[in-house]
Amino acid sequence: MSTVVLLLVTGLGLGALYFLIASGLSLTYGLMRVLNFAHGIFLTVGGYASWWIAVRLPFGDPWRFLVALLGCLVVGAIVAAAVEIGLIRPLYRRHVEQVLVTVGLALAFTALVQGTFGPDPISYPAPSWTQGVTQVAGANIPNSRLLAIAVAAVVFLVLSAFLRFTRWGLIVRAGVENRAMVAALGIDVQRAFTLVFALGGVAAALAGALGALYFGNIDPERGTATLIFAFIVIVIGGLGSFTGSALAAVVVGLLQQFMNYYASVYWGFSAAGDLSVVLLLAVVLLWRPQGLLGRSVG
Amino acid sequence: MLHQLRSGRSTVAAFVIFALLAAIPFVDFEIPGLFNGPLNGPGTLQLLALCATFAGVALSYNLLFGYTGLLSFGHALYFSTGIYVADILLTRYHWALLPAIAATFAAGIVLPFVLGAVSLRVGGIAFAMVTLAFAQAGSILVLENPGRLTGGEEGLGLDVTNLPSFLIGVVNTQYLYWIALAYLVLTFVICWWTVNSRPGRVGQAIRENERRVEVMGLNPFAFKLLAFTLSGFLATLGGIVYLLLLGGATPEVTTANLSLALLLMVVLGGAGTLWGPALGGALYEYLDFRLLKLSSSSEIASLPGWLRAPLAEPLFILGALFIVLVFFFPGGIAGIAGRLRRRPRQQPTAVDVEVQPEVAQ
Amino acid sequence: MSTPTATRTLLEVDDLHVHLGESHILQGVSFQVPAGGVTALLGRNGAGKTTTIKAILGLVGRSGSIRLSNRELSRMTTHEIVRLGIGYVPEEREVFSELTVAENLRLAERDKRPRYDLVFDVFPELEQRRAQAAGSLSGGQQQMVAVARALLNDNQIILVDEPTKGLSPLMVAKAASALKRAAQAATLLLVEQNLQVARDLAEKVIVLDEGRVAYTGDVADLLADPALARRYLGVGGH
Repeated sequence: MSTVVLLLVTGLGLGALYFLIASGLSLTYGLMRVLNFAHGIFLTVGGYASWWIAVRLPFGDPWRFLVALLGCLVVGAIVAAAVEIGLIRPLYRRHVEQVLVTVGLALAFTALVQGTFGPDPISYPAPSWTQGVTQVAGANIPNSRLLAIAVAAVVFLVLSAFLRFTRWGLIVRAGVENRAMVAALGIDVQRAFTLVFALGGVAAALAGALGALYFGNIDPERGTATLIFAFIVIVIGGLGSFTGSALAAVVVGLLQQFMNYYASVYWGFSAAGDLSVVLLLAVVLLWRPQGLLGRSVG
Repeated sequence: MLHQLRSGRSTVAAFVIFALLAAIPFVDFEIPGLFNGPLNGPGTLQLLALCATFAGVALSYNLLFGYTGLLSFGHALYFSTGIYVADILLTRYHWALLPAIAATFAAGIVLPFVLGAVSLRVGGIAFAMVTLAFAQAGSILVLENPGRLTGGEEGLGLDVTNLPSFLIGVVNTQYLYWIALAYLVLTFVICWWTVNSRPGRVGQAIRENERRVEVMGLNPFAFKLLAFTLSGFLATLGGIVYLLLLGGATPEVTTANLSLALLLMVVLGGAGTLWGPALGGALYEYLDFRLLKLSSSSEIASLPGWLRAPLAEPLFILGALFIVLVFFFPGGIAGIAGRLRRRPRQQPTAVDVEVQPEVAQ
Repeated sequence: MSTPTATRTLLEVDDLHVHLGESHILQGVSFQVPAGGVTALLGRNGAGKTTTIKAILGLVGRSGSIRLSNRELSRMTTHEIVRLGIGYVPEEREVFSELTVAENLRLAERDKRPRYDLVFDVFPELEQRRAQAAGSLSGGQQQMVAVARALLNDNQIILVDEPTKGLSPLMVAKAASALKRAAQAATLLLVEQNLQVARDLAEKVIVLDEGRVAYTGDVADLLADPALARRYLGVGGH
């Protein structure tokens, strides 16, 4: 029983990380129809920035972690905005080129990080309380997982409120449906693009910092590896659907965690979780191509 | 580009070029700087054979992306299917060569057909991501090494006992070169035929405007699936040739990086043209080979640290090349050649493709 | 024949060309819309009426000159053009179905004091349905939202594209009277297939045929001449 609880919570923790990355992708895609392959670099930026700041601060936890976190969010926003303005905007409406350029950026940036900091994972100075465990229903849950879940829940609520109650949120929601009409109402949609991109960058940077706690280190390849799962999440959830990506993230995280554990215990096959996620994608596509909460186009 | 192909002049030119390429093993000539050793030496022939192979695989991808407008990020899956299936059958199960090839052919038809049928349920960006996901699954499977078949991270060396003698040994490199060239010619001819045939023209019409094709009473899904399967099959063929050339399989061929490299080859050469991607594939493979030597060379080591770090990483150059190409040379080499010849080309874009709707209608 | 009046020209379009893919849809369209009143833009299906409207707004690539109160629009982006004071009621209504009626209107607000009093006076039903998702409205109600968006702000000109398309006769009458109210506050450029409505609302007419301006003049003159009407509009005048 305690195993199930552990798997449940760690699965949710994984889902939390996926949500943080997928939410930005979902909004960016919904509004701009851009598939940002470079989204993974915001996660890498988040991880490395929070590490770089943390090791240089003269004081300890909990302030060290919080300051590093805040710093990496700022860096994530700036990098995301820079990418949007420098690479995406000049290619407005040339969707295939936008994809190509973000692919190039992802490759080049990861290689740059590898060249500068080395290809091996760097250990992260995590606050000691995140390394501890908490007893939940008889299971020992690592605190880093609980933190990830809490943070993701807060981000979900904050973004939902933003979309629902603010004017920019209104513009984003309308733009996801019909951005030409939004422009025809006199609204500068380009600024909404940059905003959404920056928000996505912040969420992904957050995932990077939390991932550093989760895995205990930072690693240049993690952004790209997680990105692929984020793509699967937003297709399953429904492209452009913010709540869909939240739902799908939870489902994928749980599925992956449960399958990886039970398959490795019973069959010695530890990658079953990853494969079953791809299988889930195939099933969803066959049954409901627009995704769980997506709207049929047409 | 179509009139470019139909003209008799182009056919003659193609013939001449391929004849010249076939004659290379008889040419004892050195081009210092480009190749180490004479043209008909085994080192150069091996490199040229690899270039020819990738030219062919790039053409197979071009059929999908350049002509039908389907942006797939998982083409490496079919290439590596050719490599791994043949390798496993020959090495782990000790099959004879021809049955192994036949079985690999079958895999190269069934796999893209089945996966294509699922992936094509969505279009545009969703399709791209789904193909990526399936290719990732393949990569994971290979690394998992189920039943110790694939050799996992270390790869699987080819057991040559069942191969005819003319395919083995450095001295016989020229035969492998001819086989690679034959593969290139085969893909070239098939692509040329497909493009000019009715299904091919429908495929291009789909790229331009899928709705119009539907209105004509045709089923775009069937054509797309045909393109997907044929393209996957041709890639599998290329995998078999690659296996013979390298004498083994390694998991690198299953990665997304290879799929992206194929995309780059096509964009570099000029998507949607015929000889463009072939040139792009050959050029990429050549550069990959030479840059590998360059990055570990003394010239790079003497550069200041901030310049050396990125340049020493081949993926950095690949990525930067993507960005440069898109911004400055969107039509690729074919685009530049076209502009030089003053063919009318409005605003060159990498591919004249509008993102297709996410859900198949 | 109409006598030249002393009204100023509000919107002037000169040698407008639009290419979409292979088609040359607008082949040098030139016309003037006088300030005040309603000008109808008529023509057969495919003549280029909607494309002209979209070209003015910068929603399609175009070449040529477009001037609103002597401001050149052809270099500006869509939202900059609209902020000069252009309202737009698109052919397909294009209300945001996931948003409520109130949110649809809120999005359309441009001025410091949007004229909700006018909007709810013309469309009392919208006030009742404020919290309703726009996607669940009937066609006629969505049309109300589309027109209301243009009424909210102080506009120099409102571009209206086939507002009565697909509406029941009762809704057509309602739409027409709403547009009459709108015309009191702004100039209207009205694309219509329903000639009754066009004659009812408009004074001047511009007729497009195969991407060019084929006729300009008074609405009454055009519709009184059956041969002319049939030639340009494909129907007998009545």
